[in-house]
Amino acid sequence: MTRLRVVFAGPHVTLQDAGRKGMMRFGVPASGPMDRKAFAIAHATLGNPPDAVAVEVSLGGLTLDCVEGAVTFAVVGGGFIVQKGAERLGSWQVQTLHAGERLVIRPGPWGSWTYLAFAGVLQAPLWLGSHATHGPSGLGGGSIKSGQELLVHDPRVLPAAERAIPCPVWARPRPVVHAVPGPQDRFFSAESLQDLASVPFHLTNAYDRMGVRLRGPSLMPQGALSIPSEPILRGSVQVAGDGLATVMLADHGTTGGYPKIATVVSDDLDGFVQLRPNDAVRFKLISAADAVALARRRAKALRDYLTRSP
Amino acid sequence: MTFYRPVADHALLVEFATTISDAAHAQVLALDKALALQPFPGFREAIPAFVNVLVDFDPVLTDHAEVEAHLRSLAGQIHAPKSPTRREVLVCYEDAPDLEAVARQTGLSPEAVIAAHLSGDYSVFLYGFAPGYAYMGGLPEALRLDRKPSPVRGVPAGRIIIAGAQCLITTLTMPTGWWIIGRTPTRVLTGDTARPFLFDVGDHVTFRRISQTDYEALA
Repeated sequence: MTRLRVVFAGPHVTLQDAGRKGMMRFGVPASGPMDRKAFAIAHATLGNPPDAVAVEVSLGGLTLDCVEGAVTFAVVGGGFIVQKGAERLGSWQVQTLHAGERLVIRPGPWGSWTYLAFAGVLQAPLWLGSHATHGPSGLGGGSIKSGQELLVHDPRVLPAAERAIPCPVWARPRPVVHAVPGPQDRFFSAESLQDLASVPFHLTNAYDRMGVRLRGPSLMPQGALSIPSEPILRGSVQVAGDGLATVMLADHGTTGGYPKIATVVSDDLDGFVQLRPNDAVRFKLISAADAVALARRRAKALRDYLTRSP
Repeated sequence: MTFYRPVADHALLVEFATTISDAAHAQVLALDKALALQPFPGFREAIPAFVNVLVDFDPVLTDHAEVEAHLRSLAGQIHAPKSPTRREVLVCYEDAPDLEAVARQTGLSPEAVIAAHLSGDYSVFLYGFAPGYAYMGGLPEALRLDRKPSPVRGVPAGRIIIAGAQCLITTLTMPTGWWIIGRTPTRVLTGDTARPFLFDVGDHVTFRRISQTDYEALA
């Protein structure tokens, strides 16, 4: 077993697995990693199963001391700074941590989330069949707090795996995201839909695992304030009564009564969440059929990448 | 008229009506049930709500047109739902912070508020807001109030709260602008891994009054 002591953990640093499936009908979103591809690559580089537990590190950063044992780890996602002992590295890195060494992960030049995975089994509480942390309730794996310990069972040391991993171009922040209009685009004027498709929006500081509020043209809904509460998905672009748009993310509420002008395609959300507050984003509106074709191309590219490179 | 609205690359929203009605919700429950019995390849999950069902699917395995065709074929063979499951929830009305305020606004005595609440025929319309928050319709007319002007923070789990025509049981410490009229030792988040949530959408619910002593023994 490898024992790690959390010297410091910023806000929104959580334990996550690939997500909690099939529970939205009970008010429970999937949660899981904000950047699902970075999370998948982190585990693949270590030969872990794709639904293993990893630490999601926010811009708040994380400092760990290895107090017992040794374990190979990967830090994948964003452009974070990783310090291991005296060595200063970037994220997209596989290294080994030994007893007595300190690992520091802090924000670097770009990105909002990175994933720390271990070659081994990271211990985490289970809730509803998943270790993913549901942020608003703290249930599941849970938030990581300064002073707590992390345990890695069956740790492996893989000297041959240690290296820098090239960051694929599709893992970078995505300033243009594809979205399908609807399901309530009928409550918006032609001008609002035109604005959504053509004017840049900006992420605001109102950004957490539940969603991110955007700054941009007012998209005032027309007479939709009394629609019956209905299901919401990760990627829903919900517009409140003040005309401001929010993109719903991993810990989204499962239902709501505000109209959704459009929904961001699933694969683009990984690059979207790596944007930072004040970064610009544009929406490229596409048909549902084009969105499916895009999803299939992207799924194949990821599958090819994961079987070829790690 | 049923609408099938595509949502991103991976879901379809099936909408039976634009305003809440028992007829629309019956259609929601029937489709949800039929889909559970006859899922399609690539089906991931369904989320039933008041007037619509969101059907989430794997876009690598299927697409909106195929899913719509499958759902249309189910709509043709929907049978009358079997008699719903009835669940009992215990409720203690002592120490309820808003019982007096509800009595004042409705012009009823606190005991009449309790009697009215117990007389309701409730059914679970949907879950939303937070894990296990089951929105139950069927609150008697006499108790229907607007929400408080601003939400109260830190309302604990196990509180019976009402607003409009709805009633729900809190499962987590969360803010709410609804009126708190009782406490229950009955847990919606059961802690049972085989059946983690007390209700299925569509279940009917009856409240049974218990004393403060019983509440304290059970809570």
